[in-house]
Amino acid sequence: MKIYLDNAATTKVDEEVINAMIPYFKEKYANASSQHLEGSEAKQILEKSRKIIANALNSKPEEIYFTSGGTESNNWALKGLFEKNYPNKNHIITTKIEHDATLQTCKYLEKKGAKISYLNVDSEGFINLKELEEAITPKTFLVSIMHANNEIGTVQDLESIGKICKDKKIIFHSDAAQSFTKEKLDVKKQNLDLVSINSHKINGPKGVGALYIRSSIEIEPLIHGGGHEKGKRSGTENIPGIVGFAKAIEIIKEKDLRKMKELRNKLIEEILIKIPNTKLNGSKERRLVNNANISFKDVEGEAIGGYLENKGIFVSTGSACMSNTLKASHVLKSIGLTDLEQNSSIRFSLSKYTTEKEIEKVLEVLPEIIKKLRRLSPLVK
Amino acid sequence: MALEYSKKVLKEFLQPKNFGEMKGAHGTGEVGSPACGDIMQMQIKVERDKIKEIKFKTFGCAAAIASTSIITQMVKGKDLNYAKNLTMKEVAEKLKGLPQIKMHCSSMGIQTLRKAIKDYEEKLQKRTEKKN
Ligand SMILES: Cc1ncc(COP(=O)(O)O)c(C=O)c1O
Ligand code: FES
Repeated sequence: MKIYLDNAATTKVDEEVINAMIPYFKEKYANASSQHLEGSEAKQILEKSRKIIANALNSKPEEIYFTSGGTESNNWALKGLFEKNYPNKNHIITTKIEHDATLQTCKYLEKKGAKISYLNVDSEGFINLKELEEAITPKTFLVSIMHANNEIGTVQDLESIGKICKDKKIIFHSDAAQSFTKEKLDVKKQNLDLVSINSHKINGPKGVGALYIRSSIEIEPLIHGGGHEKGKRSGTENIPGIVGFAKAIEIIKEKDLRKMKELRNKLIEEILIKIPNTKLNGSKERRLVNNANISFKDVEGEAIGGYLENKGIFVSTGSACMSNTLKASHVLKSIGLTDLEQNSSIRFSLSKYTTEKEIEKVLEVLPEIIKKLRRLSPLVK
Repeated sequence: MALEYSKKVLKEFLQPKNFGEMKGAHGTGEVGSPACGDIMQMQIKVERDKIKEIKFKTFGCAAAIASTSIITQMVKGKDLNYAKNLTMKEVAEKLKGLPQIKMHCSSMGIQTLRKAIKDYEEKLQKRTEKKN
């Protein structure tokens, strides 16, 4: 039995999504820019998909631009706005717990003359609104703060951040790759100017995403070429991917979210009860429905992951992107975990396919694994 | 796991030998890596310049646990001189290879062993000095 609990990294594509995509590989493969009938059919499905995505964000369809995913959307938002505003304004405010797609882009922009403020977060991963306000200078043109964190699942209060940005007339971007369709996202209510989303976190295909850009916002393109997406993002549209992305949104059910949350709670509660010296990272209340991040005192994360894998259970130690480096997670560090605690953490992330039986299996094998690894640990005397 | 480990590494990782602690150890070594945060400990008992008993404890990745487990097996019953000269390369070979990024894990294991031996030798020296 394979138990996949790494859905924050990526998800299985839903059968319905695959079926919706197939015709766009096999029969309806025309280029949406072509002038013939087949092309206009492709154009139609492209616009229909755009509408579905706009609906999910409460935006206008013409404010949705398709991209290759979350990384590109974040790159575009930051670089495209920097180019429009620099050198007039050069200051960006973000947080210490952003995904590398944002942090590495910020590092790059620093070399190009940007000044970046990285906001601290508290022990649960929340930014301080007062610190945000105080960080704003006359040179600030952008606030980029992720909605839900990919490692610890903490969900920021976008509405309050949006209010501050609106008051100060600063552009507000949020990376919602993890929260999209799981948490309430409403660009009007939350005063969002740009939002990055992607498809592969919601049982859609990989390599497709979108950037919502409020119509009043001016931005430079990241990718130049044949003028697709109103000249803002060139490249032949990934119609099958986009159709799959839209289908993935359409089939999301409230009850799937409820089930994930119930199973997540069961997992967290029982681990904390059954295994001594464990601690939940992130917030208990304002956390992503499918995320459980737990520190197991005195045992190393990769070792736990390896023992779980031996039982057919797939999890992540910190962030999946980190496992090829030796660096502990910048997120766990930012919420104040010691070096040892950072190295003792496991992220379990559920999907709508996760069953109660699977969670029970984890709860059955995990206490034994931790016991054994603690016997191996020089930290336990 | 994201990294490609050999079957041998996985076996030593999942079923390590010689782990735990011993009473009355003659020498103890402990090494921590500031880079990856991992920690290793080895204890030895020595008789007639041979490692008679050896135990380890490791807080670390699969490669770290596998390296310490295999090192203890490689040196148990062997001369101190052999143990002192054991190399990272020999350990990695015995494990049927380690990913490049995990070579330092076996190196840490070697350092831990050498520290335990050094600790034994220093204690021995002190005892002989007292006697003389
Ligand atoms: C918060 C966050 N932002 C951005 C990304 C990158 O998205 P993508 O894989 O679509 O490029 C991810 C996922 O990897 C993520 O979790
Ligand atoms: S990663 Fe440091 S000992 Fe293995």
